[in-house]
Amino acid sequence: MRKILEKIGEQFSRLLAEAGRLSILFGQAVVGIFSPPFRLEESLLQMEEVGVHSLSVTLITGAFTGMVLALQTYIGFKRFNAESLVGTVVALSMTRELGPVLTGLVVAARAGSSIAAELGTMRVTEQIDALTTMAVNPIEYLVSPRLLAGLVMLPLLTALANIMGITGGYLVSVYILGANSLVYIRRTFDYLTYQDIYSGIFKAAVFGVIITVVGCYKGFYAEGGAHGVGRATTGAVVMSYMLIIISNYIITALFF
Amino acid sequence: MIQLIDIHKSFRNKQVLKGVNLEIKRGESMVVIGGSGCGKSVLMKHIMGLIWPDRGRVLIEGRDIASCSRWELKEIRKKFGMLFQGAALFDSMTVGQNVGFGLKEHTSLSKEEIRKRVQEKLQMVGLPGIEDLRPDELSGGMKKRVGLARAIAMEPEILLYDEPTTGLDPIMADVINELIIRMKEVYKVTSLTITHDMKSAYKIADRIGMLYDGRIIEVGTPEEIQNTQNPIVRQFITGSAKGPITEGACL
Repeated sequence: MRKILEKIGEQFSRLLAEAGRLSILFGQAVVGIFSPPFRLEESLLQMEEVGVHSLSVTLITGAFTGMVLALQTYIGFKRFNAESLVGTVVALSMTRELGPVLTGLVVAARAGSSIAAELGTMRVTEQIDALTTMAVNPIEYLVSPRLLAGLVMLPLLTALANIMGITGGYLVSVYILGANSLVYIRRTFDYLTYQDIYSGIFKAAVFGVIITVVGCYKGFYAEGGAHGVGRATTGAVVMSYMLIIISNYIITALFF
Repeated sequence: MIQLIDIHKSFRNKQVLKGVNLEIKRGESMVVIGGSGCGKSVLMKHIMGLIWPDRGRVLIEGRDIASCSRWELKEIRKKFGMLFQGAALFDSMTVGQNVGFGLKEHTSLSKEEIRKRVQEKLQMVGLPGIEDLRPDELSGGMKKRVGLARAIAMEPEILLYDEPTTGLDPIMADVINELIIRMKEVYKVTSLTITHDMKSAYKIADRIGMLYDGRIIEVGTPEEIQNTQNPIVRQFITGSAKGPITEGACL
């Protein structure tokens, strides 16, 4: 019994230590964004890496999610003659939940893993130490631009995923399921409020911070050569997924 | 110029350094020798504040780096150049960007002036005209020389060399040795080299110290080390399989 309690205590203290290190890294990266030198060039490069390079996969995910949502909702709603509300359900689901969450998960898998692998490789090949010896703060140079990129690009990607999802739902409903185009569009926007859109965009910004900070954290503290980099990459994706899913519930329950 | 006083360091219950004392004088070329895994790189990383000691002090020009503010530490680090064992070139940049990185970060030189300085440093290490190559297009010896060009780009007062000749063929190793000697003669830099290549150590050192079992057990000129009566140092420099080291825990 004592051994089990010791094990639980050990795991708990390890979890707390990890949360502490993650928070410190996040804090230092935030300070780095607002401290000179302002790394505009690096930030733009990272925005391209996190945002532009994730664009196609995000757009396809958004479009097909909207399409399948329209299909499934139509099948269900037809049972009680509520097919006209398909547009409303697609729009609300995309903007409030599926847009930000699926974009977050897609970017975590694509860009979060890439950040962890890149920084992990830099750590094990002493490139991060080289930055420090050259009197360059590696957190300001490597983490702050990535954090800023996640914060800016995730809301933009989510907005595009929402548009693609709503458009996909419209195309399936009107051209495959035979819904009336005008009624569908009206139903889509009749019940959609600005708060639905803002809440999704706000969540996306939080997910952007989670993905980039977790990716940087896992890479930054990678150790043990190629195996360590692999572990950091997997760890970054798993941790980002967990934090996105959990924070999504907390944000929805508390604020929206 | 650099003093290490009673440095202790442990990693996960393994004590690597057990009270290292070492002084490097201005303009001196100090070489620390020792077996693989004995903590030579750990020792070197303490000087730059990449690793902090559990106990003991690191003084740079009399100043304890542990008591320095972030800004002061940054200014101290600008006095250093470091050549890493694997060169640690930034693989997202070209050779030219690597060599000019410190200048871009810390000086107000124009792009043209940085380009000229980069050309000059690459010329100095015998690699002119490779600015546009990427690190993965270079051989091991070329990487080390580019790493050296990057280390000297800011014209530092102190140079640290981490296993500069490891993994190189004998001719390339000697090219690196000659470059290290040239840095000392031309720029009057103070340097610390860690190596287990005795040929290199004898050639570049003013003094040699041996790290064994977490302590510096002997310091002397290359001649003194070659004629030492210490059985541990003797076994290491002669590269004998039999002796007190192989009966100890370090190797």
